Parts: sequence; structure tokens; C-alpha cells
Amino acid sequence: MYDKLVPSPTPDTQPYWTGLREHRLCLQTCADCGKVRHYPRPVCDACYSMNATWTEASGRGTVHSWTITHYAFHPGFKGDLPYILLTVDLAEGVRMNAQARGIGQADLRVGLPVKVTYDAVTDELTLPVFELDR
Amino acid sequence: MSLREKAAVTGVGETQYLRGTDRTALSFQLEASLAAIRDAGLKPTDIDGLIPYGHGAVAEDFVTNFGIKDLRFSATTPMGGASSVAAIQCAMAVIDAGICKHVLLSLGRTGYSGGRIGTRVQQMPQFRTIGEFEMPLGAIAPAQLYAPMARRHMELYGTTSRQLAEIAVTTRYHASLQSNATMRTPITIDDHQASRMISDPLRLLDCSLESDGGAAVVISAPDVAKDLAKRPIMVMGVAEGHPDSPSAITQRPDLTTLGLAKAAPKAFAMAGITPGDIDVAEVYDCFTYIVMCQLEDLGFCKKGEGGGFIENGALGLKGRLPVNTHGGLLSQAHMAGMNHIVELTRQLRGEAAAQVADAEIGLVTGYGDMGDGALAIMRRA
Repeated sequence: MYDKLVPSPTPDTQPYWTGLREHRLCLQTCADCGKVRHYPRPVCDACYSMNATWTEASGRGTVHSWTITHYAFHPGFKGDLPYILLTVDLAEGVRMNAQARGIGQADLRVGLPVKVTYDAVTDELTLPVFELDR
Repeated sequence: MSLREKAAVTGVGETQYLRGTDRTALSFQLEASLAAIRDAGLKPTDIDGLIPYGHGAVAEDFVTNFGIKDLRFSATTPMGGASSVAAIQCAMAVIDAGICKHVLLSLGRTGYSGGRIGTRVQQMPQFRTIGEFEMPLGAIAPAQLYAPMARRHMELYGTTSRQLAEIAVTTRYHASLQSNATMRTPITIDDHQASRMISDPLRLLDCSLESDGGAAVVISAPDVAKDLAKRPIMVMGVAEGHPDSPSAITQRPDLTTLGLAKAAPKAFAMAGITPGDIDVAEVYDCFTYIVMCQLEDLGFCKKGEGGGFIENGALGLKGRLPVNTHGGLLSQAHMAGMNHIVELTRQLRGEAAAQVADAEIGLVTGYGDMGDGALAIMRRA
């Protein structure tokens, strides 16, 4: 029984989660001006177009910041403590959060190269995680 | 057109602050409101405008309990912990427009005995985006959402945990001088360093309290303020500011700059003063780092220099900038900054428990949600 928080996708955001389930990191992209945006939302803030497509990202990026959590604010995460949450600059120019896997606390630094991989936590839900990009 | 000195704080009130109660948030909110109204020398029916803190009592509760016959305005300012100070700007605008004479700002909560913050944020609409994209990854509570801002500051500027500890230590000392503070035992920097890690780099003693109680403030039109019970405290400058990427800190171009950075130049220009003129500052302190970051965004020092600015007791009563003289959210009680407005008013009246000598001009900030900010600069009349 998966006891952590689960997302409630909307029609605007569902393709992101569907992509993860298929082991693809998909980013919403303006169909008119081409600006990539994250997190998914209805309007492009550059040209106000409401037309969007989804493009597969490289999944590569560098660490922008992080936190190491030692306290479970939700009981489902108790078994994970301590866990590293990375804020990552993706090559596509947006950021995303995910937990780190196989990265030591002492190795953390701004600019550390990482790549996304996939953790199928249930049949319906796959979460992104970051590993070292060697 | 400016709101400069278009309203004054005329009444402030608080309940006893607690960690544990069987009372309702509504009863705290109404008790604090009655105290603020009494402090101003007004009757509850004199209140003609209401800006209650969100997620609590609504206008109907005040009309019902106070018998207000002619309520002319009600609103909320949904900016999380910046709401209380942002409500000052809202109150001044409706007073200046001639709609109201006496606007009541109020808050009551059972933050300790009721729902805790990790649960509450999951139900707030402004957290909808991170609720979908970050909470499932384990980034749930404000400590976790704000920690990467502090970490980025440390990596870019060399800011240290011991520097942040200065804020916790000084604030606790100020609380030790209060009768109405929930944490009054002084601590040291070493105590801070030994406190357990919550979400690195934030330790337990970097985090604010969860508290039960209420606080309230009456804002009045200048022409009526001068005839009330207490010396009016004039609002010289006021502004709110919303950060870039207000729904997700992750996507913010500069993680180390808050919405307050947009509000501060406006409020100082309105007041016609500079940070060097400030005698006392009540700075929203949900976390130690947020205090330091705001001092930078207010212009007391340059971005990146906050760590050095706060060292060596600089924020103490006799330091270069006395900050959070009531003990703040870190050690007095978490009243979402309404207690900061109460304290600034008392400082400028000269009736504070830990009084800054000759405090004539002061400021109060609010910080909330993903970086919303608000600022009010006040002087004694």
C-alpha cells in the first residue's frame, strides 16, 4: 500500500505524468513561440498563447540547490529519512525538483551534473529521481 | 497620490499566547479584537471595516458577536504570513477613499492544538502547484520549501548556520523579557548548533513556533485617530510585493530574492526615509534565514552581506538594528505577524516590555506563502 502523497493531475498537467510513466520527461512547450514552461499551466507568459505541445527533455541538468530532510512532515516519508531533495537546472532552461538517488551528502554542490531516472512507485504513478550524470 | 500618513494604528490587542488549549480560534480572534478596540478607546460598534486573516473568522462572525450595524467594508489579503501587514495597505486605501473610519485587522488560531502546518498547507489553494509537483516528492512543509533558498545563499555567499543562529539567540533573549511569550529560556549559539536538523540547513531552532492565541490591530483615519485613547502611530509608508514565480520557489530566477525586494523601495520612497532612519524593526521570522534575507531585501545591507550584518548581536536591543523585540514567531508565538504589528506599535508608543530607547521610527514586515512580502513604516505622532 503506497502511503505517500499522490498528485491529482488535471487535463493541463496529465501529459507530464503520463510521460513519466513511459519513462520520458516531457515538458510543456508553447506551440506558437516555442517557450518551454514548467510547471505546466494554461497560458504562455511570453506570448499569451493557450496552444501547447509536449516535448521530451534530455533529462540532464545541474544542481541549483538542495535540502536534506531529517523530519517526516508526512508519515509516509518516515522510512526515507534522511532524504535529499534536489532543485535542478534542466538543460531546457527550466528547473525541477526530485529526490537524489545514489548521491552522497558530501558530494552535493551547485553545478553538480545529474540526470533524471524513473521510479515506478505504483502502477499508476512514476516519480522522477536524479542520479549522478557521469 | 500616496497613502503616506493617510491612517494611523490606534489600537492593538493580544490574548495570552499558548501551546495547548481547548478553546476555539474564533474565541481567540474575538478576544484579541475586543482588546484592540478597548486599547483604542473605541466601542466594537465603531468598527466599520474588517480585514480578518484568511482561514479564520469571517465578517459575519464580527457582525454577529459585536452587533455591528453599519459594516461598510470587508476583505481578506491572501498572502499567507504577509497578509497581516498587507492588510495595513488595504485598510489605508479604504480609509483614504472615505469608505471607513476604523478598520479592524485580526487573527486567531489554534496552530499548536489544531491542524499543524504540514497538514494545513496541503489544503491551501496557493499551494496547488507544488501540491501536485513537489509534495509527492517529499517537499511538503515550509521548512523544506524554504531550505533550498537558504542553501543557495550559503553556497553563493558563504553564509553560515552560526550566523543564522544569531537571530535565534537574540530573538529568544527578547522573548525572555516578555511576560506573554511561550519560549522564554535563553539559548546560545551552541544550543542552536546542537538542535536537531529538520531540513538542512534549517535546524529546529531556525524554525518558528506553532501557537494558540489571537492578535488584532485597529487602523483609523488620521482625523479621528488624534482624539482616541492612545497616541496615534502614523503609517508613513506601506507596500506589498509579489515575487517572481509566486507559485513555486523552484522556478524563481533568483532563489535568494523575495517579494519584499519589490515592496521596500516603494514604501521607503513613500515614507521619505532610508533604512538608516529605522530605530526598530519587527521582521517576519517564520525561519531565521527569512529574517536575514529580508534585511537584505529591505536595503539594510547588500544581497549576500546579510550574514555579516547580523553577527555579534547586531539585532539586539542595543545593537545596530534592534529586531523582533517581542520574541517574534521564533520565541513569542506564531501569530502570522499580527504580533509584529502589535509590538512595533508598542515600541513607538514607548510602552514595550523590552523598550528600544528613543524609538521614533520603525518598520514591520510580513512574509508568506512562496515569498509574498509586505512592509509598513511607522512613526510616533
